[in-house]
Amino acid sequence: VFQVRIHGRGGQGAVTAAELLSLAAFARGRHAQAFPSFGSERTGAPVLAFCRIDEREIRTREPVSQPDALIVLDPTLLHQVDVFGGLRPDGYVLINSVRSFAQLGLAEWVGGFARERLLTVPASDLAREHAGQMRPNAALLGALAALTAVVSLDSVVHAIQMRFSGRLAVANAAAAQACFAFVEREREALSHA
Amino acid sequence: VLEQLEGSRAVARTVALCRAEVIPAYPISPQTHIVEALSAMVKTGELAPCEFVNVESEYAAMSVAIGASATGARAYTATASQGLLYMAEALYNASGLGLPIVMTLANRAIGAPINIWNDHSDSMSQRDCGWIQLYAESNQEAADMHILAFRLAEELSLPVMVCMDGFILTHAYEQIDLPTQRQVDSFLPAFQPRQVLDPAEPVTIGAMVGPEAFTEVKYLAHAKQMQALDLLPELSAELAVTLGRDTCGLLRGYRVEDAQTVVVALGSVLGTIEDTVDELRARGEKVGALGIKAFRPFPLAEVRAALAHVERVVVLEKALAVGIGGIVSQNVRNALSGMSADVYTVIAGLGGRPITKASLGRLLGVAQDDALAPMTFLDLNVELVERELARTRQCRRSGPHAENMLRDIGVVAAGAV
Repeated sequence: VFQVRIHGRGGQGAVTAAELLSLAAFARGRHAQAFPSFGSERTGAPVLAFCRIDEREIRTREPVSQPDALIVLDPTLLHQVDVFGGLRPDGYVLINSVRSFAQLGLAEWVGGFARERLLTVPASDLAREHAGQMRPNAALLGALAALTAVVSLDSVVHAIQMRFSGRLAVANAAAAQACFAFVEREREALSHA
Repeated sequence: VLEQLEGSRAVARTVALCRAEVIPAYPISPQTHIVEALSAMVKTGELAPCEFVNVESEYAAMSVAIGASATGARAYTATASQGLLYMAEALYNASGLGLPIVMTLANRAIGAPINIWNDHSDSMSQRDCGWIQLYAESNQEAADMHILAFRLAEELSLPVMVCMDGFILTHAYEQIDLPTQRQVDSFLPAFQPRQVLDPAEPVTIGAMVGPEAFTEVKYLAHAKQMQALDLLPELSAELAVTLGRDTCGLLRGYRVEDAQTVVVALGSVLGTIEDTVDELRARGEKVGALGIKAFRPFPLAEVRAALAHVERVVVLEKALAVGIGGIVSQNVRNALSGMSADVYTVIAGLGGRPITKASLGRLLGVAQDDALAPMTFLDLNVELVERELARTRQCRRSGPHAENMLRDIGVVAAGAV
């Protein structure tokens, strides 16, 4: 089973991101379970969403406490929530930020993990550029596809088209594609570093 | 056709396939997505003929459902938590009058302290109100249970409550195979009411009944509900043939046959329990699980037969009966009276506390060692309780427990700190 935990704030699309990820996995014939954990819904309040992907039926209902991949939609959560709690040593991390791990004060922290699996990505910028809005969720799913290959970019785009229609579908798909390409370039650079 | 769907949407679409004709509803988390989706389907005409009634409260929702059902309409509503409490008086009227209303209960805790998360306090508080109660383990089961619920309700002229865990199921996306309209129509014929308010043939229902016949009316209510113990398995088998998959029945055992210790539970936690059972079995521990799908009527004989050979029964409950402890475990003890198995009560998952495989594994380990207390609160933060108790001993005006304990764990509650 591949387990993803998404940290965001109310309004950023964390819950929708988990839903889209489950749709992307389902579209390739896999079992997927997505579910949120929020308090009384408030814009800006910390929100958690989870997605499990497996080749067989998923029965467990507990929250994901030891994620294989972590997506952080808002870097200010780093100061408020234990976002890295339970992350596996070989886990993947995507943080929506234009800053580096060092600039985020995480230079020491990244040492304990597989460096090539950790990335900060300017998902909000890419969302603004390609989707005309700041919601970074679709872009980060493109990034996840590039970083982990747990789902393909095609299936992410397919999920976006299933969930949204018209301009919103086109724009979010473009943001996902742009973020996928960004991560490909970053990984290329990392592997030559 | 398999689809990846939110549980609430799967239920809404199933209710539409069941051709509900009147849906009075009032929104309350975590049930809201269900009636939102239904109201949209009524508006677009996808669900027709159907009247969606925006009511001003849950009391009105159930009252409108009663009125609609009494005129021969297939009536449906959904609620949760405080909403269920608010309709409590009308719940007894629906069952007492023998009106086959179907209601989804998106299980949620009851305040105070106010809490929007999942447990079974709401449905358990109304377990004896005369409604049949079914508990879904997955969203597929929740969807299928609604088809069964309408048929069961209408055959017996009794209301049925389909309980599904709030958020854990209602807000979960997973793969679901919804039936076709044709499949549902072949299983669920048009509603033929046993009693109907019709201006052409005026009758009254809801007579006042004095001591001369009240006991007999109540006796029949019980006898009628008990018929579901035979009818539900029959209907489940019939629906299973129609749909080509297993449907709920009264109980479902998992690796119970040679088990020494069996966990009994209701609802979505069964999946987590089954995973835990597999992990313990891999280590040679003879454990199993028994899911109760129909809690009212309670399948006494079936529970007794399923657990006849078992040494220990651990009843995992998502509700607390203050002053006695377990609710499901009282019923299970009733089923096992005169037998030698030890029955343990474990209160778990209150107010949305996650029930984890790690905690369940430890719990079952202790049970297998015969070291489990008769009643346990799973993952209780004893230190937090002790600190508050110390405060109450130190000072008379120690303040409200909830706010004090939130402050202790660093969560800022509403109000001054």
